[in-house]
Amino acid sequence: MIRMTTDSIDPDALRRELFDPAAGGYCAFEGWVRNENEGHEVLRLEYEGYEPVAVAEGEKILVEAAGKFPYLRAHCVHRTGMLEIGDCAVWVGVASAHRDEAFKACRYIIDELKHRLPIWKKEHYTNGDSGWVNCERCAEHAHGG
Amino acid sequence: MKTITVRYFAMFREQAGVNEETLSLDATTAADVFEHTKARHGSSEPAGHCKVAINDEMADWTSPVEDGDTVLLFPPVAGG
Repeated sequence: MIRMTTDSIDPDALRRELFDPAAGGYCAFEGWVRNENEGHEVLRLEYEGYEPVAVAEGEKILVEAAGKFPYLRAHCVHRTGMLEIGDCAVWVGVASAHRDEAFKACRYIIDELKHRLPIWKKEHYTNGDSGWVNCERCAEHAHGG
Repeated sequence: MKTITVRYFAMFREQAGVNEETLSLDATTAADVFEHTKARHGSSEPAGHCKVAINDEMADWTSPVEDGDTVLLFPPVAGG
């Protein structure tokens, strides 16, 4: 299951949804909003996503992960909207019979999500500027560079 | 000429100044639509850094576009 939400992420509640009597291991990854990026002091992050395609692509990633590293259950939740330093922006959890599949599937899912889902983040800096992450050329243009 | 609705996201939306627009253009592939909008809005982002979807399905730059399609232009993504 993958979903997007504007509400804060509750890792404990999500973890409980993964309980399975056949699971001997569980691995989770939380992505947090950091106060710095590439030398810029970050005040907050603004996430934008396009849910219909993000959810469809995310479901494909979960199926791929299950094919490579058979797990029992996996969930992923991604926040959108304005997030503050320390907020959880993304949560991935995997339960499996043994730890190896849980670790590897979790890593695969978060790595693929970051590269493939139509989700963007705009950093708001302490100096009042802002910029879209990974979009340097667009930003140069926007600033007349 | 084909009538194509183009939807812009994140930085592309800010560059275009609109969420979407309907264009009449001579386009065969998604790449043709992208090049047209880049010229229209002065963007220089290479297609290789971006992604495209057609009618809410992920597509390739070589994917054909048909009259009435909605082309979604995704600037470089940054989830997580």
